[in-house]
Amino acid sequence: MAFVKKYSSNQCGEFNKKEISRYAGNLQDEALLNECLTEVSDKLTCNVCYRKFPISKQGTALNLGFAQTTSADLAKNLDGCDGIFLFAATLGIEIDRLIMKYGKLSPVKALIFQAIGAERIEKLCDQFCKDMAKEETLKPRFSPGYGDLPLSLQNDIFAALDCGKNIGLTLNDSMLMSPTKSVTAIVGIISK
Amino acid sequence: MGNAKILDYMKENILFLDGGMGTLLQEQGLKPGELPERWNISQPDKIQSIHKSYYDAGSNVVSTNTFGANSLKFNDNELEEIIRTAINNVQKAKETSTGTQEKFIALDIGPTGKLLKPFGDLDFEDAVAIFAKTVKLGVKYGADVILIETMNDSYETKAALLAAKENSKLPVFVSNAYSEDGKLMTGASPAAMVVLLEGMHADAIGTNCSLGPKALLPIIEEYVKYASVPVLLKPNAGLPKSVNGKTVFDILPDEFAEDVTEAIKKGVRIAGGCCGTTPDYIKALTSRAKNIPPVANLPKNISCVSSHTHIVEFNTQPILIGERINPTGKKRFKQALIENDIDYILKEGINQQERGVHILDVNVGLPDIDEAAMLKRTISELQAISDLPLQIDTSNAVAMEAALRLYNGKAMINSVSGKEESMRQIFPLAAKYGGFIVALTLDEDGIPSTAEGRVEIAKKILRVAAEYGINKKDIIFDPLCMTISTDDNAALETLKALRILRYELGCHTSLGVSNVSFGLPERNAINSVFFGSALENGLSAAIMNPYSYDMMKTYFSYRALHGMDPNCSDYIDFCSKYTIETTPKETSAKVSAQSGESALQQAIIKGIKDEAGTITESLLENVPALEIVQKDIIPALDKVGKGFEEKKVYLPQLLMSAEAAKSAFEKIKIHLTKSENSDNTAKKCAVVIATVHGDIHDIGKNIVKLLLENYGFNVTDLGKDVPPETISAAVVKLHAPILGLSALMTTTVPSMEATIKLLRKDAPWCKIIVGGAVLNKEYADKIGADKYAKDAMGAVRYAEEINIQYQADL
Repeated sequence: MAFVKKYSSNQCGEFNKKEISRYAGNLQDEALLNECLTEVSDKLTCNVCYRKFPISKQGTALNLGFAQTTSADLAKNLDGCDGIFLFAATLGIEIDRLIMKYGKLSPVKALIFQAIGAERIEKLCDQFCKDMAKEETLKPRFSPGYGDLPLSLQNDIFAALDCGKNIGLTLNDSMLMSPTKSVTAIVGIISK
Repeated sequence: MGNAKILDYMKENILFLDGGMGTLLQEQGLKPGELPERWNISQPDKIQSIHKSYYDAGSNVVSTNTFGANSLKFNDNELEEIIRTAINNVQKAKETSTGTQEKFIALDIGPTGKLLKPFGDLDFEDAVAIFAKTVKLGVKYGADVILIETMNDSYETKAALLAAKENSKLPVFVSNAYSEDGKLMTGASPAAMVVLLEGMHADAIGTNCSLGPKALLPIIEEYVKYASVPVLLKPNAGLPKSVNGKTVFDILPDEFAEDVTEAIKKGVRIAGGCCGTTPDYIKALTSRAKNIPPVANLPKNISCVSSHTHIVEFNTQPILIGERINPTGKKRFKQALIENDIDYILKEGINQQERGVHILDVNVGLPDIDEAAMLKRTISELQAISDLPLQIDTSNAVAMEAALRLYNGKAMINSVSGKEESMRQIFPLAAKYGGFIVALTLDEDGIPSTAEGRVEIAKKILRVAAEYGINKKDIIFDPLCMTISTDDNAALETLKALRILRYELGCHTSLGVSNVSFGLPERNAINSVFFGSALENGLSAAIMNPYSYDMMKTYFSYRALHGMDPNCSDYIDFCSKYTIETTPKETSAKVSAQSGESALQQAIIKGIKDEAGTITESLLENVPALEIVQKDIIPALDKVGKGFEEKKVYLPQLLMSAEAAKSAFEKIKIHLTKSENSDNTAKKCAVVIATVHGDIHDIGKNIVKLLLENYGFNVTDLGKDVPPETISAAVVKLHAPILGLSALMTTTVPSMEATIKLLRKDAPWCKIIVGGAVLNKEYADKIGADKYAKDAMGAVRYAEEINIQYQADL
């Protein structure tokens, strides 16, 4: 079964304001950014659920332990690996509420919260992978939709990790995740 | 209740549930990703043996292996077969178990795995229908009780309970899964869940999963504090750990049994285990706890309403109910309703919340609109962005039911009266959906002139309510106030009625305070003094205007004077904000010497929203609206727009300017509605915009909407995740010459293509602009769009071209 790791936003490191401004399409109003950061500060839950699987492959045909798939790009990424961590990470629904609220009241703030969410979820994934790398040597993470890895793999990932029960993450018919500030990924574990 | 045997048993006994299923199935060879519900059919022996071991361990209730058995995962035939065999498997275990205790079969229902709208894509009624299918099959094949469990969203929990109540007479137990912060994933507190679920007559409520029994204790304490029905606890065996590649839980059976027994002593009446627990855990628990006398669960008599996050309790602290979401006497609000301008209504909600109200009254009734539809939309959009409980204010029973059904929480119902017809309409709705009911003390003969007459009506209302099982804790009386301009004693009689209702009948009271001053000058003065007097005479809640400083002053002063505001800190805080807001802002209408830009132009270019609004307001005193639009707003917008196209201005700046312009336009709109002038600022053609079906991203679409509105287009925003048929119907109805579609993901582009195809058939005149992260010109051409807009200004420029042709053709 899957394990759950919970972080605080602080544990994921300081907000990278430069990065957020860039994600927002070059935001120059730092006061407005700070206002948004204050508003979001107690609204982020940083939860990850994960599970380890042994893998095997034949060319581009992959047995990922929870599903079979074909992907040249993932096969290349998993070169030298005999296992993976499969994980799903989410910032929770509150940031979606903020984005929806300001979508109606102030689109520029919605844009900024969107950018903050993008920065935070990346940081959360980075922090999680850093922690997991304490015990194993890991490859860079790889998500469905990257390169030729099919997005439909999301169905298998959600079944394998029980994301709804573990971290409140759900998948819709179009393979979009709710809450939206979420990531699923495969991280190769290099054979010892 | 058709099958009350289990409820009877519970009156005298602790009811023991079973333990975990998932971990045991994995040990038996269930593969990752394999659906455990199918094992009911393919591996009945293994399933029966697990069930039997729980009955043998002393469980009174064993749950079917149907956690994910719903019509989203299985087709109808397989679903029926799964539930039939699942119940049969428990039945077999029950028959063969050596246990001598009373035994029952629970139909287990877990979450759908989908998030409900507006944050996910599952419609509330679709969720109800999905659960209804499972419930009906459970009834058909003979379950004794329904166990809705591991729900981590209040709204989905409501859908499941509604389905269970509408499709069975079985007792229903409802158990939620809380996160470490003591809330559901979507924000509900334990108290909020108690109030929601009891209002809809769940037979037992509680918590399961997530954590071990010790960690769940604070949640259980909240349940025991608020719940009048039996409380259920089904914790995990602590937290999972990986030891040598195997998953183990950190709490062992003896410790588990000890901790759960402690919870039983605190008032838990139904106990079992969740993830990681096995028959050994249940055996340890039943041995230890079977002789513990159950703690009686008493009615709690708490008057409250709830939202999807928290409750608002009616007690000694006065409650403020914001009255501004109401078209009565407000031209600008009426216009917003007619134009379907939901954003304006939402802003009224957020502004009142910022002023400090506890509850929002929602009244969107106008003669020419579909009130039920408008009310549903307003409630669902308001609940997405505000966590305040709502008071649903309508005299239309159909709209009231639609709203109560959809509402996420326990709503305040405004209102019932002593009229027979009103009581017969409203009480059944309150009995079914739950609700805290405002009862007006008037009947077929009108409003009695004396306090005693009004109290008599109140007593009648209480009697009839009791016939529907509605307790007086769920009723709040409004003794009504007439204006003192026509009756010198009007206020005195109302105050007297308040005293009797509150202190003799022991009921809560509410008033629409401002009626008292109707027809008089300086109404705020009268209103605020009357508000203070009413509070002194037992008023629990006021429906009031939070923008009135006199009213807010009275409220904060009253609390400070009555020892309700420790260190007067709320009062001091209020006063400091009040001083800031009353200091006039310095705005100058001077034209800047260097740039030749007017002050309004500068405010828009710099994107200073408030300033753009105040400058416009003062300009409107002397300058015609149209001139302000043409000489200030449009040139400023154009300058920023050109800067954006030349890549000198970035998107955030463009948006800030657009928002500032919008705030200027808003002042103009108010001015025009006031001056009886219809909005004749030369509107451009209609544009319909939407995010396509399956896609839930709407930031890009909202940006385009804002800019199109600023450029004078008449924009109808259909929202996100909109089916092709809805889009087509809107375009046809408005005969809109332009449609804008947005999609963010490759997976939703087919849905965009389907929409375009349908539009070509239904509305061949319409030009279609598409945009969104995954699109480019080639892609747009391929799916048959007329125009790919790379950004919001691109969409505006194209819309302007179409508008010129459109106006020329007219």
